[in-house]
Amino acid sequence: MPNYFQPEVECASREELREIQSQRLREMVKRCYEKVPLYRKRFDEMGLKPEDIQTIDDLTKLPFTTKQDLRDTYPFGLVAVPRDDLARVHASSGTTGKQTVVAYTERDLDVWATSAARSIVACGGNHEDFVHVSYGYGLFTGGLGLHDGAQKMGATVIPVSSGNTNRQVQILQDYGSDILACTPSYAMYIGETVRDKGIDPKSLRLRIGIFGAEPWTEEMRREIEKALAIKAYDIYGLSEIAGPGVACECEEQNGMHVQEDFFYPEIIDPATGEQLPDGEEGELVFTCIGKEALPLIRYRTRDICSLTHEKCACGRTTVRMTKPKGRTDDMLIIRGINVFPSQIESVLLDLGMDPNYRMIVDRKNNLDTLEVQVEMNEGMFSDTVRNLERVERTIADALHSTLNIAAKITLVGPKTIERSEGKAKRVIDRRKMV
Amino acid sequence: MQIQQLSVFVENKPGRLAEITEALAEAGVDIRAISVADTSDFGILRVIVDKPKQAVETLKSHGMTVSLTNVIAVGFDDRPGCFASAVRLLADKGFDMEYMYAFISRDKGRAYVIIRVSQGEKAAETLKANGFFILEQSDLDAM
Repeated sequence: MPNYFQPEVECASREELREIQSQRLREMVKRCYEKVPLYRKRFDEMGLKPEDIQTIDDLTKLPFTTKQDLRDTYPFGLVAVPRDDLARVHASSGTTGKQTVVAYTERDLDVWATSAARSIVACGGNHEDFVHVSYGYGLFTGGLGLHDGAQKMGATVIPVSSGNTNRQVQILQDYGSDILACTPSYAMYIGETVRDKGIDPKSLRLRIGIFGAEPWTEEMRREIEKALAIKAYDIYGLSEIAGPGVACECEEQNGMHVQEDFFYPEIIDPATGEQLPDGEEGELVFTCIGKEALPLIRYRTRDICSLTHEKCACGRTTVRMTKPKGRTDDMLIIRGINVFPSQIESVLLDLGMDPNYRMIVDRKNNLDTLEVQVEMNEGMFSDTVRNLERVERTIADALHSTLNIAAKITLVGPKTIERSEGKAKRVIDRRKMV
Repeated sequence: MQIQQLSVFVENKPGRLAEITEALAEAGVDIRAISVADTSDFGILRVIVDKPKQAVETLKSHGMTVSLTNVIAVGFDDRPGCFASAVRLLADKGFDMEYMYAFISRDKGRAYVIIRVSQGEKAAETLKANGFFILEQSDLDAM
């Protein structure tokens, strides 16, 4: 049975990693220049030759690639291999703007599966486990990403896909799933369903949860861990780079290890493009040094986080990224203040409330308004109007002190906010229609 | 000495009240008194029923937020000044009143008021000691 703990890479010294990265970068840059018209044009405009790039430190000489570049060259303009060499395509789950499509060669799929396999192993998974994949299958990378990773490390895959939550719970019980992989909001929903059915989560065999594809908070992690009696881990990925497995937490739950022999990360100041040191928050940028079909150079993810190269207690030396606060595209600007939906979630969980909420942003008399609808639960309920208004005020005050923004809180009935089986839709922005 | 009132969260949406009362009807729960407190975006339905425990279970199984609250049910002779004297008594003894609502029953000459006060048990004793008729849960069931 292959072992997908790969210490020769995951525990390599900085020098060894730099060696691998520099060599792969050189090859990649050369290929980009030769095969991708857009990169050739950009290099020529900058007077840059592939030979100018010798080590990973030369990365900062290279131009950035943006989501817009993928849109402009839609569908396959940035692909660096002949069409016949492509093994699979996926598309971004992008809820905003035009879809972007991404392509993989056979070897790219192997790189991705290896990353996902390392990720599952880092979370404590092994080849005896049943991996229950409740991410959607299809153009979205979640389902097939974890599927291939689990298969690669020799585990047993249960390809449930998302939806039909009653059946999900039935399978958890009957098949004895060891590992659950889905979005954190769907994990919460499955947890709620387990509770509603009166099932003791401890009676389930489930041990590990691997959740990603949307930003979530530490408080949400604790809720999920309690609801399903598991340890919950954060996995990171985006279709442009690979899909889930680009980075993942280990059993320390202290930052996500980036598979940096395949995907080289940097943090930049989103305004100036300047590289930022460890510990400083900025936009995450990846260079796909391990990929053939779509070798993106310095791709701007729009995710905000920081990096650390400190050695992890698990023994891995690979660079770790913090949980992204949210994509810059999820970020709302309300009366000039940056607001991430995850901040609302965090406030509610801090107050001991369920993170079932919806934000409605509108513009009245040229002023942005924010309404936060929060689902009522028994712990918050009271028979007097005064107490319920106090609950609303408590939430409003907590939001105000965290976000510095005034929000109108509306209590709504239990289970009236739509539960998500994939990425949760938390925001209704009515300003765009005006 | 107090009786149990059902308090139900009602989202401000058409049809919510109908759903709640239909669920009670299906379960064969008989409503004795009813009142709604409302704000601009939600309401609290307060109901006195013959089978409070069963009513709670029914509403919970319909996914509603519901709780049981202890309230005092006082019976008054139908003559001017009777209710006023009870309210005066509670005020003088320093009980804070949260809310109240009235209902009548089939037996003639008596009106009932449901009162929610701070320190409900003590308030009920005070009323009883001063000659007011306090309704017990068993009286309600027999009504």
